[in-house]
Amino acid sequence: MMSPDTEDALAEIIRTASGPLLVQGNGTKAGMLRPVQASATISTANVAGITLYAPNELVMSAKSGTRLVEIEAALAKAGQQMICEPPHIHGENQTIGGIVGSNLSGPRRVTGGAMRDHVLGVRAVNGNGEILKFGGRVLKNVTGLDVGKLLTGSFGTLAVMTEITFKVLPVSEATGTVVLSGLDAVRGVAALSAGLGSPFSVSGAAYLPHEKKVFLRIEDFASSVKYRTEKLASQLAEFGAAAILDTDASKIFWRDVRDCKFLDDAPAMWRLSVVPSAGPAILAALAPLGVTGFLDWGGGLVNLSGPANEATHQAVCDAARAVGGMWWLMRAPDPLRTAVDVVPPEPPALAAIRARVQASFDPRGILNPGRLRAA
Amino acid sequence: MQQAKPKPGILDKRAEIIAGLQAILPERAVIGDNISLKPYETDGLSAYKQMPLAVVLPETEAHVVAIMKFCNLHGVRVIPRGAGTSLSGGALPMADAVVIGMMRMNKILDINYADRYAVVQPGVTNIAITQAVQDEQFFYAPDPSSQLACMIGGNVSMNSGGAHCLKYGVTANNLLGLRIVTIEGEILEIGGKQMDAAGYDWLGLITGSEGQLGILTEVTVRILRSPEGARAMLAGFASNEVAGQCVDAIISSGIIPVALEFMDKPAIHACEDFAHAGYPLDAEALLIIEVEGSETEQSEMLARIRDICAAYHPVSMRVSQTAEESAAIWKGRKGAFGAVGRISPDYLCMDGTIPTSELPNVLKRIQAMSDEYGLKVANIFHAGDGNLHPLIMFDANDAESFHKAEAFGADILKLCVEVGGCLTGEHGVGIEKRDLMSVQFTPSELDQQRRIKSAFDPAWLLNPSKVFPLSGLAAAE
Ligand SMILES: Cc1cc2nc3c(=O)[nH]c(=O)nc-3n(C[C@H](O)[C@H](O)[C@H](O)COP(=O)(O)OP(=O)(O)OC[C@H]3O[C@@H](n4cnc5c(N)ncnc54)[C@H](O)[C@@H]3O)c2cc1C
Repeated sequence: MMSPDTEDALAEIIRTASGPLLVQGNGTKAGMLRPVQASATISTANVAGITLYAPNELVMSAKSGTRLVEIEAALAKAGQQMICEPPHIHGENQTIGGIVGSNLSGPRRVTGGAMRDHVLGVRAVNGNGEILKFGGRVLKNVTGLDVGKLLTGSFGTLAVMTEITFKVLPVSEATGTVVLSGLDAVRGVAALSAGLGSPFSVSGAAYLPHEKKVFLRIEDFASSVKYRTEKLASQLAEFGAAAILDTDASKIFWRDVRDCKFLDDAPAMWRLSVVPSAGPAILAALAPLGVTGFLDWGGGLVNLSGPANEATHQAVCDAARAVGGMWWLMRAPDPLRTAVDVVPPEPPALAAIRARVQASFDPRGILNPGRLRAA
Repeated sequence: MQQAKPKPGILDKRAEIIAGLQAILPERAVIGDNISLKPYETDGLSAYKQMPLAVVLPETEAHVVAIMKFCNLHGVRVIPRGAGTSLSGGALPMADAVVIGMMRMNKILDINYADRYAVVQPGVTNIAITQAVQDEQFFYAPDPSSQLACMIGGNVSMNSGGAHCLKYGVTANNLLGLRIVTIEGEILEIGGKQMDAAGYDWLGLITGSEGQLGILTEVTVRILRSPEGARAMLAGFASNEVAGQCVDAIISSGIIPVALEFMDKPAIHACEDFAHAGYPLDAEALLIIEVEGSETEQSEMLARIRDICAAYHPVSMRVSQTAEESAAIWKGRKGAFGAVGRISPDYLCMDGTIPTSELPNVLKRIQAMSDEYGLKVANIFHAGDGNLHPLIMFDANDAESFHKAEAFGADILKLCVEVGGCLTGEHGVGIEKRDLMSVQFTPSELDQQRRIKSAFDPAWLLNPSKVFPLSGLAAAE
């Protein structure tokens, strides 16, 4: 494995590569989507370190190999945080490059935006070994095409990111969670929708089917959290009596949601993004197949785990497709990941454009070939 | 600003092209006579004018497909246009191009409160979305000052912002899905009604692409529940520097107001004359700060902000007491460009962004340039995110004054890049900043972007002459 120390060295490796490269940070997401067939591996692990942190401007830059935990610690010291709460489902070794490359967001995504919403700038090396910079360090920037967004979530198939600049926000003074019990999934999502449709700035909205409980989070100044949780509970009275979790209990609970602690460790895991009201029907349709899970993002994020076989995977895809939704195969043995559509297939017109865009970055097709789709 | 040369043979075939378009569209959808074409010769950057070859006004997505197939087949350039309020000349015609005006595709197709989205056609105005959902206490967040006129298709294409994007984000952060017709006449469905999309972030790429990649025919936006209430306050300061430091102190304290706007003295005076909002005329710089929540929450938050401001010895501080007062405060700010228009018939509105810590320094240097060029400037901007709008006043009847204004503007934007910022925060590159792109990007960075455009539009028929220096178009052809 090649782990260059600098962007220049990394660019040189790509420029002179003679065949496909497996592109990774610390490789924590290797079990997600499709396995890559490559003779060599290039890692950004040593291109690491926070390069800029201006708390008063709400921005941080870090080289792509910087571990997320290091970034989170530096932010916490200044009373700030990553806005989208990236999940730690792949352990504590994941890098910021990995999080941005996979566009993974946690519970706050429902109203605070995804990782892709907070990437302000990237430096990256394309498949020709050219070092390119897009965006910058300012919060508003529409200069040229938004290549930073295109690279976010591209799983290293267009360019290897070497540095990422992103927006951060203060940690709120307090957190509170309104908990409603005894609701089936349909009523549960109705309660989530009512909460998200309230004027109280809900920043987390999850439903746990095995507990039949709804959770709505509010983050703000302490006096506001008290006021808003109470108002919200009374507005949702038709869904039953509410309990309220305090700041400490809320932080523990939402960390567990973020990290999908409510999924069992079945061999396959999926993430579905659907229109929120479709969440309950998906849970119901898949339960008979031994696929279980829970809802986040007001019902719009369905986290699932279950048996790893083609028939089950097909059923998951069909359930998502039936409501116009998306899926990601987050975990499965290699043979299954190789055989199936790990993300939705593209219609032909889009596939043609995608192939041309991909070739515009990586004409030799050497960066993570087959990571998202079979070549 | 130079336009690309007309493509050989196209101007000569004008009558044929118009007839061809008439054959595939209803009669009312094709404009070919010079009098009716006149309103399309310019956009919000009215210093630049150019009559188009023809204008088409599609009413359906099928019309758009037919137009694109026709233009692609005949190698005719296409300029998409919404309301034509672009301040960067994004919708400026070319002599050999067909302008495709989207204003007749103006229906709201679906509103869903439980799932919090609205599906609209591109010709729906920004304000019309909020108006359609406000009875249910919902709103569409991005609020450009031009929101009465500008259309959602234009907003998506420019990734427009507004005074409240400090809290709610810009257009890109408030979209779920798009339909777009490619130059080949293919319909692409991008994103959907769910939050995250798998595969590449086409939604992110197309947003802000200034009509370079395709024609938007449908937009799915997120709608949000309105807050319980909102209140604005004014704080006037003795200098731009001090006001800049105060902005820094507010953000550093952990408070993110919904809006944090800045005006310098010339802007304060122009806006006050226009809106009678009670802006302090003795202040050198003014901050408009807005917070949201219940009455009690507003009061608490404003008290915290007042405490912070007090440390910077404001020359005046006033919290709005009524909805009418808040409305007047915003009328002044949102009408700022018009207000400046009343004191100077012509102005150029610049749009660079800088790191907020550079505010005092940059304002000082803009003032020095203003003295050097002998042109007055009023500064209005979104202070919370460092997005500047210096308004350079000039006299369009005096060619030299206009050239000076252009050069002054270019200097400001170069300064923005020099201090770590960018050429445009929300108005787009358009034709105006096209030749400055190489200040911000290296040749390989520009080439990479051009290749992405080519992947969508191989013959560069879509809005050429914009965004990329003309050498890109020449290379593609
Ligand atoms: C007084 C005033 C105040 C303003 N205030 C703000 C502000 O606060 N914030 C801000 O961000 N901007 C502001 N603007 C700029 C302008 O209003 C925005 O850029 C707006 O989004 C343009 O919308 P439009 O419908 O007028 O688009 P147009 O000007 O018609 O077009 C803009 C661009 O989009 C392309 N386009 C339009 N429709 C489509 C489509 N359907 N498919 C593909 N491409 C398309 C055009 O080719 C062009 O490149 C202001 C302008 C004025 C005149």
